[in-house]
Amino acid sequence: MADAQISPRNIPDRLEGRGVRLLKSWEALLVVVAAAIFLGNSLASPYFLDPWNLSDATFNFTEKAMIAFAMALVIISGEIDLSVASIIAFASTAMGYAVQLGFDTPALVAIGLGVGLLCGTVNGLLITGLGLPSIVVTIGTMSLFRGLSFIVLGDQAFTGYPESFAWFGQGYVWWVFSFEFALFLLLAVIYGVLLHKTNFGRAVYAIGNNQTAALFSGVRVARVKFTLFLLTGLMAGLASICLTSRLGSTRPSIALGWELEIVTMVVLGGVNILGGSGTIPGVVLAALIMGMVTFGFGLLNVPGIVMSIFIGLLLISVIALPILWQRARRRLAH
Amino acid sequence: MMAKLLLKNRELLLLAAIAVLVALIALRFPAFVTVANLAGVYNDTSILVILALGQMAVILTRCIDLSMAANLALCGMVAAMLNAAFPGLPIPLIILAAMALGALLGTINGALVWKLDIPPIVVTLGTLTIYRGLIFLLTDGKWINAHEMSDAFKALPRLELAGTPVLSWLSLLMIALMVLVMGRTPLGRAFYAVGGNPHAAVYTGIDVGRTRFFAYCLSGTLAGLSGYLWVSRYAVAYVDIAAGFELDIIAACVIGGISIAGGIGSVPGAVLGALFLGVIKNALPVINISPFAQMAISGTVIIIAVAVNARAERRKGRVILKKAEAV
Repeated sequence: MADAQISPRNIPDRLEGRGVRLLKSWEALLVVVAAAIFLGNSLASPYFLDPWNLSDATFNFTEKAMIAFAMALVIISGEIDLSVASIIAFASTAMGYAVQLGFDTPALVAIGLGVGLLCGTVNGLLITGLGLPSIVVTIGTMSLFRGLSFIVLGDQAFTGYPESFAWFGQGYVWWVFSFEFALFLLLAVIYGVLLHKTNFGRAVYAIGNNQTAALFSGVRVARVKFTLFLLTGLMAGLASICLTSRLGSTRPSIALGWELEIVTMVVLGGVNILGGSGTIPGVVLAALIMGMVTFGFGLLNVPGIVMSIFIGLLLISVIALPILWQRARRRLAH
Repeated sequence: MMAKLLLKNRELLLLAAIAVLVALIALRFPAFVTVANLAGVYNDTSILVILALGQMAVILTRCIDLSMAANLALCGMVAAMLNAAFPGLPIPLIILAAMALGALLGTINGALVWKLDIPPIVVTLGTLTIYRGLIFLLTDGKWINAHEMSDAFKALPRLELAGTPVLSWLSLLMIALMVLVMGRTPLGRAFYAVGGNPHAAVYTGIDVGRTRFFAYCLSGTLAGLSGYLWVSRYAVAYVDIAAGFELDIIAACVIGGISIAGGIGSVPGAVLGALFLGVIKNALPVINISPFAQMAISGTVIIIAVAVNARAERRKGRVILKKAEAV
């Protein structure tokens, strides 16, 4: 939306060493912030350091983080998907409907993932097939998908999910590690490898930096972007399964406003909203930070809306501070 | 010939679409097309019209303002609180206060975009949650209900001048002002120049950041005005008023043919886009469709509108030197 930055003219002869670059990286800053919040939380509330409490805290972010991984790839490629929360609602509604028809857990999972993929396909076709701007298309499908849930449900709710279905949102793999948290870790590894170690990941960066150049160097831009929207759809379907299973009911307002929280998480993780740069470890750290802030404030009885002010300030300041810092340094150097 | 003209001019196309929509409704429910009812539909859409005008200015400069609805809610709440605390305060003063606060909130957005170069979507995503959260801090989540507001405060938007409520007049006034600003002032032309080609705008001596800053001031001021109008019209103020309305505003702009890539759009387009949504919203209960269907319908309309507009925007290469080519 804004213009690309001016490219640096003074390219150094030698890059700084690996260690120095790592220390100066965004991820290092996030680690410090995370550590500070962790420390602050454990000092502010005696209940924070309990393993079961910490385990409960992970539910704050695991579902959002699953989508944030795929969203990070979409944003790095220079697009955005604002319809993810509505896909959660639509997939959840479809699963609830299937329950009324007597389907059991395996079918519900298939339906949740299938609806997610279907919604992703719709987004992908509109964006890559017709060449429409993703921000407008997904604002449209955001209304459409949630609107369909409202048509089906109105002011009603679907309940009565089978008992075995509850495991996805409420089950534990081992000791305090929930299924959702394990899934979060697994997906972090998968997306980390996908983005940083495969040709597909390189193509995503290439598209985000210069779509035309990527096209001319043989990257199948449309196909890669289509795959990315399939992935966000699939992740939204997966998150829908976990969230529905955890809540045990479906309302059309489920996951309302999550798209903004997920984008915040991705941007906080150091992904450039204009595309071209960002890492999965950064997103993982941002997810942990947001989860800890929410949980820590919750222990202190701070209302949710005040937390959202804090998240908003965090979002703006983590982007503004490095810019201000660089300017101050440049001024000192002159 | 006629069809070609229609396809070329997106405002006419949209007007035709609205006419067809209204005609279809009129086939079954003739009462919908009475002058009184259509005036009512316009009145009901007035606030969206005003907001779409502000959003248009921002989108023209290649930015976006997601914080408009939160800005509206905060200004509306402050207006209501002022009225509840000082019932004697003249209403114009309250409106001015709401507009000033809105302008201030818009200035914050604009300054962050201008001075710190933070992408607009990030800035307004952040301020959207902050502004909405401030309402909670201000009120502790309490409502301000109709009985706490003075009669004059609630009556103004409904007050009829020449048979038309003040609310409609105000939106008409804003449309007229925006036509003047967009077409007849350097600032208005700068909005188009910045969105059309920021680099070229710099070379013509336009400060891109400053222009964007003023676009945000404008959208903030209009959001502030809408805040008072919203709260006085519905006679209630609470944290969640107009929650999610920012998307309706953007939808109105997109339907009105304002290109999200900046530089393309017009005041009539924004107004018609808002009216299109207004007609749908008001027609649904008449033709007996559940109001729950409204969201899905406006989603579909947005997608169709952006697809139609994208086709119109896909410009072919232009021949600049016709003479040279002829030789």
